[in-house]
Amino acid sequence: MASRRKKEFGGGSPLVYFLALAAVALTVGPVLYGALGGFRSNEQLARDPAGLPDPWVFKNYSNVISNPDFWHYAVNSTVIALITTVVAVLFGVMAAYPLARYQFKFRESLFMVFVLGLLFPAAVAIIPLFILVTRDLSMGNTWWGVALPQAAFALPITVVILRPFLMAIPKELEEAALIDGASRIGIFRWLALPLSVPGLITTGVLAFVGSWNAYLLPLLLLQDDMRTLPLGVADYSTEHSADTAGVLAFTTLAMIPALLLFLTMQRRIVGGLQGAVKG
Amino acid sequence: MSNEGAAATAAPAHAEVTRRVKTRRVTPRQDGPWRQRLEITLFVTPALTLMALFVVWPIASAVRMSFYRWKGFGPMDDFVGWRNYDRVLHDQVFTDAIVHNFTIVILSILVQLPLGLAVALLLNRKIRFRGVLRTVVFVPYVLAEVIAGVVWFQLLQPESGVVDGLISGIGLTPPEQGFLGTPNLALGTVFVVLTWKYLGLAILLFMAGLQSVPEELYEASQLDGASWWQTQRRIAIPLLGPTIRTWAFLSMIGSIQLFDMVWILTGGGPANATTTMATYLINQGTGRYNYGIAGAASVVLFVIGFVMALAYQTFVLRRDTQTEG
Repeated sequence: MASRRKKEFGGGSPLVYFLALAAVALTVGPVLYGALGGFRSNEQLARDPAGLPDPWVFKNYSNVISNPDFWHYAVNSTVIALITTVVAVLFGVMAAYPLARYQFKFRESLFMVFVLGLLFPAAVAIIPLFILVTRDLSMGNTWWGVALPQAAFALPITVVILRPFLMAIPKELEEAALIDGASRIGIFRWLALPLSVPGLITTGVLAFVGSWNAYLLPLLLLQDDMRTLPLGVADYSTEHSADTAGVLAFTTLAMIPALLLFLTMQRRIVGGLQGAVKG
Repeated sequence: MSNEGAAATAAPAHAEVTRRVKTRRVTPRQDGPWRQRLEITLFVTPALTLMALFVVWPIASAVRMSFYRWKGFGPMDDFVGWRNYDRVLHDQVFTDAIVHNFTIVILSILVQLPLGLAVALLLNRKIRFRGVLRTVVFVPYVLAEVIAGVVWFQLLQPESGVVDGLISGIGLTPPEQGFLGTPNLALGTVFVVLTWKYLGLAILLFMAGLQSVPEELYEASQLDGASWWQTQRRIAIPLLGPTIRTWAFLSMIGSIQLFDMVWILTGGGPANATTTMATYLINQGTGRYNYGIAGAASVVLFVIGFVMALAYQTFVLRRDTQTEG
């Protein structure tokens, strides 16, 4: 690695650092404004919108943390995201396995079903979906009612990313396991699953973050105590539009979990996407 | 467990034999086709069931709905043929929405491609804090549209917002109604926020693509005396072609489906200046209970997206597979 890097172009002309700094400022500026704005009073915000907290006000954040609604929303978001992730990844890897490791006639057409699925946004089907979930399945305003459709819409990308991972498992390993008397199901469970963990994590994080951030479907399906954080943020900001500092504190706290998850998983996600791009 | 034909025949053999068996056959395993079919069905059924129920069925219902006048209650029996389509396609709010969607599609490619490429090439250089920079640049992409939208909504408040403050600070006059409240500026403003939010994905994909450019190519061009820019222009960017085309595809699909950010920032206003096809159909469906109209709008949205994807696949992406194969 070191010898390779030495030869790379580059390095640090002042212009490059200036550009990098500008990019960072533009990227993080709004996020920092939200986080710092939560530590200011509305009066401070009105006097100088871009200033720093002076003095630091902790009331906004403590109000949010002691607000039971915030915790309801957080629990709902978490449970829905977990169900979505587990269902999408489990069903996804199961579907990707024969598409990667079996030879059969309709393999590529079956794979095309999932590729085509990428083209169907939830928005297209949102109203019939709303009718289906609330009337036909009586799952309106429930965790599963949101999580299952979300998992269904997350399946195409899951399958598309996981297939190359499963294809990359060396044939020899599979054959060795067959010789040792393993069944195909056994191979799936004890060979394919453990070896595709990086892909499972990538698709899992994508499904989780997608669900955590989702807005449209929860907007139609969830009310009151069942709402998720994005709905809570949107409603809070319209209901308390005069309390800018409160809105910023609420918003900042709501963004932390997805951000933490991403930052801890970042390398794996990038690695997983690279695997998918190359495969 | 081990009642598999091929496993049994291969059992006495060594790995070498197995390899020979494998190369001789197209399919490595010939154990009962029925068993294999059963296994495939077993593996694929949960995913297909879920998609049939929550993806295919609702879309089919949307198509059916689009031929009826239906307010959501009672039986769906007032068949109106193509009349909903007629109304949607002659509704200026909807045709404007299509224009807005395509404006975003084109602006995204024109602005985000060079910008994303520039940042990706920059971050591919050996500079200090590169790891931190890479992480930071991706942060907006991870945030929920709603959360990013609410923060930007505050930043863009007329007069009291930071953006207006900065603009007055350098001696210019911000628009009276605010950037989101002025019809001529609203769509452009939404686009700026979208760029802030989604540039991270372009950068991530481009950086992933750059890492697969062989180091030797850079070294060779360096030895030949090429400048940094020449190397990027002649080697890195052309090799990024497939990645760029994949990103452009994702970006186009996203722009056609745009909803969340618009809904939070403007709700489609002011004076329908920022409506998209998705905000239109949600408005018609959940706001006014014109389910037939909403159905027709969603079919139009899907057909446009599908034709675009197909055309892109045929004319742009096929080049990749052709040159590679």
